[in-house]
Amino acid sequence: MSENDYRNKDNKFDEYRRSFLGKGAALAGAATLAPGVILHTIANAKPVDEPVTSKVRWGFLIDANKCADNCNACVTACNEENGLTGFGRPKTDAQWIRKVTLRNKKTSHEISLPMLCQHCAHPPCVDVCPTGASFKRVDGIVLVDKHICIGCRYCMMACPYKARSFIHETITDQVPDVPRGKGTVESCTLCVHRVDRGEIPACAEACAKTEEGPAILFGDLNNPDSEISRRLASESSTQVRADFNLDPGVRYQGI
Amino acid sequence: MKSILHYREIPGNSVGYYAVLALLGILIVLGLSAAYYMEHQGHHVTGMTNQIVWGMPHVFAVFLIVAASGALNVASISSVFNKKMYKPLSPLSGLLAIALLVGGLCILVLDLGRPDRLIVAMTYYNFKSIFAWNIILYNGFLAIVAVYLWMLMEKRFNKYSKTVGTFAFIWRLVLTTGTGSIFGFLVARQAYDAAIMAPTFILMSFSFGLAIFNIVLIGIYRGTERPLGDTIVERLRKLQGIFVAAVLFFVTIYHLTNLYATEHHGIEKFILDGNNVYTGLFWLGFVLIGSVIPLMICLLKGFKNSARWLVTASLMVIAGGMAQMYVIIIGGQAYPMELFPGYEVSSSFFDGVVASYTPSIYEIGLGVGGFAFAIAMVLAGVKILRFLPLSLENSIVDPHHRAEESEEAVAGEQARA
Repeated sequence: MSENDYRNKDNKFDEYRRSFLGKGAALAGAATLAPGVILHTIANAKPVDEPVTSKVRWGFLIDANKCADNCNACVTACNEENGLTGFGRPKTDAQWIRKVTLRNKKTSHEISLPMLCQHCAHPPCVDVCPTGASFKRVDGIVLVDKHICIGCRYCMMACPYKARSFIHETITDQVPDVPRGKGTVESCTLCVHRVDRGEIPACAEACAKTEEGPAILFGDLNNPDSEISRRLASESSTQVRADFNLDPGVRYQGI
Repeated sequence: MKSILHYREIPGNSVGYYAVLALLGILIVLGLSAAYYMEHQGHHVTGMTNQIVWGMPHVFAVFLIVAASGALNVASISSVFNKKMYKPLSPLSGLLAIALLVGGLCILVLDLGRPDRLIVAMTYYNFKSIFAWNIILYNGFLAIVAVYLWMLMEKRFNKYSKTVGTFAFIWRLVLTTGTGSIFGFLVARQAYDAAIMAPTFILMSFSFGLAIFNIVLIGIYRGTERPLGDTIVERLRKLQGIFVAAVLFFVTIYHLTNLYATEHHGIEKFILDGNNVYTGLFWLGFVLIGSVIPLMICLLKGFKNSARWLVTASLMVIAGGMAQMYVIIIGGQAYPMELFPGYEVSSSFFDGVVASYTPSIYEIGLGVGGFAFAIAMVLAGVKILRFLPLSLENSIVDPHHRAEESEEAVAGEQARA
């Protein structure tokens, strides 16, 4: 083939190339933007104007000494309040609060306690979230914005407390106060919908009604006169993995 | 006579070419179907759970993303470090880098719980998140390498290729640092939380990226019957050997450092001496198949000048690299998190136990589909644009070599076309 033939062929290729690259770029652009445009039209997401103040910081004081091994009242209440129904698949079903049994390796002494989102002051889940869907309210409650969670699960990798669940399947019969959605991550909301109405979280309420007495105390960690602050000031308590310096809003006694 | 470097599109009209494209097309369709099924049903149909939150798609995606930045190395050696021998390979290096990154990102995006929210990931940024930086780094990489290719392939702009190439080189180092830091910054998990993760990922990118480059280069030259001299094969073989050794060194240091600290003995025993798949993948997959044997092939004299052995070594490096990614990503999650040090922990949420994971066919399908998409992009690219020299005969790559045979090769190719 002569150099001229090559040139002719090149011209043809140039045309082919231009149209290929042009169409390719248009297609890639459309593929990126289209789902979002549709989504925004449907969801019409708008931030809720919450009257939240940083003067309060909500938290729990959990006394493991008062938490019976066989009691599951907090878990049941949480599931009911937030509409968490399992699919009989323990590995993928969501758990916002779970009972954990600790056995001392040296003494074999056993402790039972509820484990949940620790509502850290410096939450690693919020740090790593690429879109800012994981966020902390000024009153200390750590939440997931369901509208901008893309379901990457990096927060689940980062949480030292294994507090988060990914929604692995389609959810029906949701509780109106607690929106959830397949493909996003969720965790204990500290029953934010109840707290905003001036009520206490469902787990704490259920625990108070049990025979052993209230093992879960809810209150304002910033108010020195609240019961939780007074007890924290006068009794010893611990933070789970305090070495991470995350300043969790959930404190424990009896471990 | 002076040997001239001619870049030309491959003819791409043989039965073999279309057969390979058709096969890749089938794999891509299967991958897309798998992704659709996963998204429609929800992730419960995969092997991923609330314990193993990142699975096989992430093994493929991180491998491809790491390899992408490494594939650009060949071009960097030429533009940044002035090694003329690599110049003819530069355009393919850039194309492969873009293709591998796009393939990896497709897997990552299609595995998201909400892939339809890609626009959200592009418009909402939390700048404290290493993931958010990575979104910028990946998009920037694609743009910079595209400009770099333009500078390389447009004669008028060749003079800028060093400047743009240097920028691309620095960008790719930052990018792989970012990818490694996805794991390095995770304080909660025993297997991660190590600064050495970032440099290890950079070295892995050198090795895995070059391995894929070797296979693509030799495959295309053999397929199109273009001449490929042993000078270039020999140079790539030695370079691959050095990269494999460097990865092995960094992984050794990572484990030695962990073994010194008592708090890490649990995870080290789990990975290095456990009764599980991770120990097997580490020693047999990464160390033996992915490092020791390729190292021998790349450094021993007996394998000199052999393209076939270089392809063999490169395939083994890729297999070992995938095994290592599996150990890092899945093994690191399978080992239970230390929730209450000093206590044995148990719960209905699988606290305190080794998490089990069996990759589903859908996850593997999605991963293979992304890989196939990357290769298909390269094969389409070399047909549409002039990425490849007509000849890589010794006299083309090495100016001190006799010139005649290269001219013959060009003439031969032109006669065939």
